[in-house]
Amino acid sequence: MRVTPVSPARSTCVLALITDRGMFMPPDHEHSTEDFSHDSTESVFHVHRVNKIYRMGEVEVHALRNVTVDLLQGEFAVLLGTSGSGKSTLLNILGGLDRPTSGEVYYRDHDLTRADDESLTRFRREHVGFVFQFYNLIPSLTALENVALVTEIAENPLDPAQTLELVGLGGRHDHFPSQLSGGEQQRVAIARAVAKRPDVLLCDEPTGALDYATGKLVLEVLERVNRELGTITAVITHNAAIAGMADRVIRISSGAIVEVRQNEARLAPSEIAW
Amino acid sequence: MTPLAKMLWRDLWHLRGQVLAVALVVASGVAAQVTMRSAYISLQAAQTNYYSGYRFADVFAHLKRAPESLAGEIRALPGVAQVRTRVVADVTLDVPGLAEPASGRLVSIPEHQANMLNDLFLRRGRYIEASHPDEVLVSEVFAQANKLDVGDRLGAILNGRWRELTVVGIALSPEYIYEVGQGMLFPDNKRFGVLWMGREALASAYSMQGAFNDVSLTLAKGADEAEVITRLDQLLLRYGGLSAYGRKDQLSNRFLSDELGEIEISATYIPAIFLGVAIFLIYIVLSRLVVMQRMQIALLKAFGYSNAIIGLHYLKFAVLTVLAGLLPGLLFGLYLGEKTNNLYAEYFHFPQMPLVISPGVIFWPVLVSLVAACAGAIGAVRRVTALQPAEAMRPEAPALFRSGIMERSGIARWLPTSVRMIVRNLARKPWKALLSVLGIGVAVGIMMVARFLLDAVDHMMDVQFNLVQRDDVTVLFHDPRAASAAYEIRQLPGVLRAEPFRAVPVRLRHQYRSKQIEVTGLSPDSQLRQIVDSRLHTVEVPPDGLLLTKKLAQILGVMTGDTVTLEVLEGARQVREVTVAGLSDEFIGIGAYMNAQALARLLREDNLISGAYLSVDPAHADQLYALLKRMPAVGGVAIRSALMRSVRDIVDRAFTTVSMIEMLFAAIIVGGVVYNSVRIALSERGNELASLRVLGFTQREVLVLLLGEQAALTLCAIPVGLALGYGMCALLVPAFDRELFRLPLVFSQMTFIYPAIATLISAILSALLVARRIRQLDLIAVLKTRE
Repeated sequence: MRVTPVSPARSTCVLALITDRGMFMPPDHEHSTEDFSHDSTESVFHVHRVNKIYRMGEVEVHALRNVTVDLLQGEFAVLLGTSGSGKSTLLNILGGLDRPTSGEVYYRDHDLTRADDESLTRFRREHVGFVFQFYNLIPSLTALENVALVTEIAENPLDPAQTLELVGLGGRHDHFPSQLSGGEQQRVAIARAVAKRPDVLLCDEPTGALDYATGKLVLEVLERVNRELGTITAVITHNAAIAGMADRVIRISSGAIVEVRQNEARLAPSEIAW
Repeated sequence: MTPLAKMLWRDLWHLRGQVLAVALVVASGVAAQVTMRSAYISLQAAQTNYYSGYRFADVFAHLKRAPESLAGEIRALPGVAQVRTRVVADVTLDVPGLAEPASGRLVSIPEHQANMLNDLFLRRGRYIEASHPDEVLVSEVFAQANKLDVGDRLGAILNGRWRELTVVGIALSPEYIYEVGQGMLFPDNKRFGVLWMGREALASAYSMQGAFNDVSLTLAKGADEAEVITRLDQLLLRYGGLSAYGRKDQLSNRFLSDELGEIEISATYIPAIFLGVAIFLIYIVLSRLVVMQRMQIALLKAFGYSNAIIGLHYLKFAVLTVLAGLLPGLLFGLYLGEKTNNLYAEYFHFPQMPLVISPGVIFWPVLVSLVAACAGAIGAVRRVTALQPAEAMRPEAPALFRSGIMERSGIARWLPTSVRMIVRNLARKPWKALLSVLGIGVAVGIMMVARFLLDAVDHMMDVQFNLVQRDDVTVLFHDPRAASAAYEIRQLPGVLRAEPFRAVPVRLRHQYRSKQIEVTGLSPDSQLRQIVDSRLHTVEVPPDGLLLTKKLAQILGVMTGDTVTLEVLEGARQVREVTVAGLSDEFIGIGAYMNAQALARLLREDNLISGAYLSVDPAHADQLYALLKRMPAVGGVAIRSALMRSVRDIVDRAFTTVSMIEMLFAAIIVGGVVYNSVRIALSERGNELASLRVLGFTQREVLVLLLGEQAALTLCAIPVGLALGYGMCALLVPAFDRELFRLPLVFSQMTFIYPAIATLISAILSALLVARRIRQLDLIAVLKTRE
């Protein structure tokens, strides 16, 4: 993922640029020009001046303010923010679950801003893998079947059994969710998300419901998936420690991106602690 | 309003769809109960009032002729209270505006109005006057059917002489509440009517001055009816008495009592089915509500609310849901009760037939539905009280699934994932699945019974009018005549074929059982009258011996080969032993047949005939009717096409309406069960389905997963319901095994197809109501919510 500009050293000055509507600079601005030339990696998602306003009764909630961000091929990004910061809203928009109030969202050449429900469903089906905080497995299906449920509707899926091996659950094919621990359930959920070979894996607080050790195990799986399959992985968390394993860390607060940091080196999950 | 009360109202509003579905089922049950109870009570009250107010007799007897002095002897019999003697004659009527001849029963009344047994209610006009011997009172239905009014005239053949009678009044009698001719199942009020004529006038026409041929009496308190009947029979024996009979064999009373019995049965089992379904629905709705409100319940308990208060809260939910159905159900029931009462008034004729609403009509449905509410709530309330606050604060453990037969046997591998989900969800709550299947199945069964009754009547009519009774016109003579009369009949215009028959009133005895009946002597080459067995094969009349209908054989306790005693109830009153040579199977009435020659030999008479079956050229029918109206020898004429029309009309009006209402109520059950089940499935599995939507499943795919379970249940329920329905019909058949008619266990294809389609439509519509909600699934919330 990248945000203009990418350099962590200059991130603070760019904040105003990307969050303040009035001060936004067009792409020919010096900073922007620099950004686009900075990284040769292909931009997969392009989020441009996105605003999201919810109407809750008579109150308007400005969930996202003028957010501009790109997601790049193969990167591991962590969206860091407190509860209510707007990070989930951004994830929802990236995942085709929600549409921005204004601004543009592109997935490659698909315009997600103007897509109807049907196209968004197709987009999620073909390109996005979701991992939920509470796993959301189908209780009436075994681990293997939960994965197979998704591969049945995918065009070029991985083998469900192999995918379970990938997340370290080779021996638990025939267990129902109620017979699995939380960590195991989350790994099944990751296998389910990954098995259809999505272009992007969106994880909403994937360790939020897990204990420390289990959480790390799940992060290892995510890291491995990202490394071995090259799937763009975006993890939403309020846990700052997780940021260490990202290529880039995007901090969100009050609906705006307040910091974008490129890690010099990704830490292995075993190396981080919280 | 207390916070709990507010919560209650909000929950009711929030679950209004499900509450409404339960309320509709309750309303249907209550309406059915109120309708049938009020119709039952009204009919019964009308009967009781009429019988007592107009002194309906207890015992009836017909005889050839007895001197009036015998009345004193009858009065003196122990156990007899009041006696009324009459002259009764069956005549052919020429009614203005009616092409065919009609049959009339002339019943004598005193020239001067006085209180009497089987008294008349005079609706319009005046009583007859002694000075005008041709004045008659006419039964109200006959007058209505033929648009007769006071002052109109009609022709009649009295003892061979044509007379013109003047209608001076329109009357009703407790003896003819259901006005049908002998041997008829449905009334044909246009062609059969009762007329009341002065005793003197009628007696002089039939040379019965100072004599009578009909007697009715009331019993003294505590008298034994059977004993009185025996003594009366002995007394009337030498006056040509046919056996006396009590009220239960009196034709009109019998129809009325049978009808009352039927309503009473339906008034019990139909509402019971509805309330059973309502209990089930309340149970599943409340159980789900309690699961969803675990946290709330825990919180309330933590605040110090007692189990009793919280339990009562959920009980109130059930009671209010039921009340929501109870009130409209009562009102709709009263409305339908009024309609039903009016429908009954078309067939059962009382001076007044007000809708009677006894306190019980309201009280019982109220009580029963409140009990249903409590029964439905009890499981949920128990769960609430068992819940520990600390435990309840935690979310409920995830749904437990384990490997079952499907997995162990390896079948699972061959099934699509969606089917596996459906099977496992059903297998996880087998009782709920079973009850759903049963609920829908019972509804299918009710629809099938409703259709079956139409089928059975259709079949009865089809057999009766197309196989058995093939003659266009049946002519009945007043008295047996020489065989040569058949030649005269054949000479009449339009008669294509005439088959004479002999009908002899007899009493058949076997051991201690006996039955009074007519033996019909048929010629072996009879084409216009056929006897059939249960498989509708023609049964040949045996050359010798009796052929009995199965029902009659059953009444007498005889089988083929047994010997019965046959006492002739006319003429020389011979007593003979006859062998039962065979059995036949008719749906209408009971009968005994013999080869005409064998019967003549048995009675040692010369080929006498009682009437003839005619095949008639329709082009000359009216000419024939005109002649028959004026033929002195003719005592009665029955026209098949007219009878068929009249029956069809009654079936269409009465049965079809009732059948439609039953279908509607049954469809409500299906809708109620399906709607609630789907709503609950959606509530239980909303998160699961929303997750799938997030994962890229289309609305349609998710809908299949949600509705698949209900579709499977409904598809299971249809064959189960058809089997149940078949069983219910099979149970009804013996309940309708009566002397008057028996229901054949026959089904048209539509009787299977119609309930299946109605159930599918009802299920699909209810499911679609819920399906809209799939669109409203909150895909974003699901990412954050815990199961």
